[in-house]
Amino acid sequence: MAEQTPKNPEIRDEILDEVREETPDERMMRERLERLDGDEKIPTVVCDGVDIVYRVNGTGAGRGSATAALNRMFRRQQTEKAAGVRKVHAVKKVSFVAYKGEAIGLIGTNGSGKSTLLKAVAGLLPVENGHIYTNGQPSLLGVNAALMNDLTGERNVYLGGLAMGMSREQVKERYQDIVDFSGINEKGDFITLPMRTYSSGMAARLRFSIAAAKDHDVLLIDEALATGDRRFQMRSEERIRELRATAGTVFLVSHNNKSIRDTCERTIWLERGELRLDGPTEDVMKEYEAFTGDKSDKKAGARKAA
Amino acid sequence: MSQVLDTPPPTQAPADDDLAALAARHGLTVSGARPSLSEYIGQLWARRHFITAFATAKLTAQYSEAKLGQIWQVMTPLLNAAVYYFIFGVLLGTSHGVKDYVPFLVTGVFIWTFTQSSIQVGTRAISGNLGLVRALHFPRAALPISFCLQQLQQLLFSMTALVVILLCFGIPVAASWLLAIPALILQFLFNAGMAMIMARMGAKTPDIAQLMPFILRTWMYVSGVMWSIGKLTKKDHLPHIVLVLLENNPAAVYIDLMRYALIDSFHSKQLPPHVWLVAAGWALAVGIGGFIYFWKAEEKYGRG
Repeated sequence: MAEQTPKNPEIRDEILDEVREETPDERMMRERLERLDGDEKIPTVVCDGVDIVYRVNGTGAGRGSATAALNRMFRRQQTEKAAGVRKVHAVKKVSFVAYKGEAIGLIGTNGSGKSTLLKAVAGLLPVENGHIYTNGQPSLLGVNAALMNDLTGERNVYLGGLAMGMSREQVKERYQDIVDFSGINEKGDFITLPMRTYSSGMAARLRFSIAAAKDHDVLLIDEALATGDRRFQMRSEERIRELRATAGTVFLVSHNNKSIRDTCERTIWLERGELRLDGPTEDVMKEYEAFTGDKSDKKAGARKAA
Repeated sequence: MSQVLDTPPPTQAPADDDLAALAARHGLTVSGARPSLSEYIGQLWARRHFITAFATAKLTAQYSEAKLGQIWQVMTPLLNAAVYYFIFGVLLGTSHGVKDYVPFLVTGVFIWTFTQSSIQVGTRAISGNLGLVRALHFPRAALPISFCLQQLQQLLFSMTALVVILLCFGIPVAASWLLAIPALILQFLFNAGMAMIMARMGAKTPDIAQLMPFILRTWMYVSGVMWSIGKLTKKDHLPHIVLVLLENNPAAVYIDLMRYALIDSFHSKQLPPHVWLVAAGWALAVGIGGFIYFWKAEEKYGRG
């Protein structure tokens, strides 16, 4: 964001301020220049004061829930709280701009709203207040929910591909790549067996392979890098780099500080749904590690910096 | 220029107007906004392969753990029919004065089941698949439509069983059997519309799913699944309006159309007047109306 802006405008402004007050013409010129500077970086995702609220039904405590339910049925106009609906304010007034070519890490302790924010950017969760503007349709790297354990791996590849919006021909074209990438068939013909017979590692590998088969403009990755054995993890990271090259902007949610450091130059830190810090990965990480008291990572970070 | 901010929301971001202006200047659009109706239809058409693949996958997954596998697709409706035959045909020996009572009954049960289960799965189409709705981006109407398609496929299996039953009871194969096709298409449109209406209501108020069994059972009893509405019209004790309502009830219309198409002893005299018009009217009104009603809340699906 700001730290990537060239220093020139500031210097120029300082000089202008020092010499004299600017005339209206000069001001117009300066503003136009500034706008041009801004335009050099093309924004792909703009989050503008975003609030996200979940509503959970049936949270009226214990025996009270039956009466709460009756209340809900008969008195529709009353407040949601009285009706036993609890609101969870997951993301609070978050604003940021993501630019083309950036890889942005999202960090924060568990339940701080990272995944929720990602889903809202993907347009999968409605925002309560504020707006999210995007360039095209950002896609979440996640296909798990569309797959069915009772079907064979082969049919799941088709189903997952179609669910992500690929055409039949595209899936057919990439089918062999997906199967090869997943390595499911390395130990025999497993792709024609139902997915419920797979080991958890095998299933995770197949899911990632299906999800990563599509090219995206804005790619949102939620903790997808930690699946499978070491060999598969390396292949996944390779594929993520490829996806980054074709995608305009990549968001990565992870609790693995190393993978954030390796893949992202900019990091956003969310805490209790609020944006704590937004800046270069190393700066944000240092603060975050101090906050979480993660000594080993801090040392590693210090070594890296030195 | 990063800095640790205190708990109050960050101030480093530009004011709201600036961000909106920046987005507008670069032609960014609001994420997850509802597309226009024509765009929506286009998106849905683009996902048609997903809709059919999802329906077929659900259907195949159903019996995948059974040893006999897909044979159950035909066995289940046949066994169902056998139970009805046993109770109404053998035990009670009652036919309510209806000729070919068993084919009459089984046709009614199968056609009613199609509408009933479409509405049931429709009610849970969004609320029962929040994981899918929150994970992937696709026009949400794909879900209720896909579930209805699954029910249609299920019905086609039942129809195979029905043909066996019809032949066993000596019903001749006739050209009128072809009328089953337009009748099924119209019923499918009606069911899909109902499923979309229920999907939106079920997404907002999941409690509806608990009420549906009672509403559906009442609807079944007034739809002439097990008795003939035509017989009632001969009695005078019911006010005329009630008879008109009973006869034009969409479920009854589709059931009677199918009976008329398949059973030779079920005459057109037993059908209400303008029956095809009524069937088409229900299909178009509920199908299109339900689709628009569902689309109106497209951007809201997926919240708690």
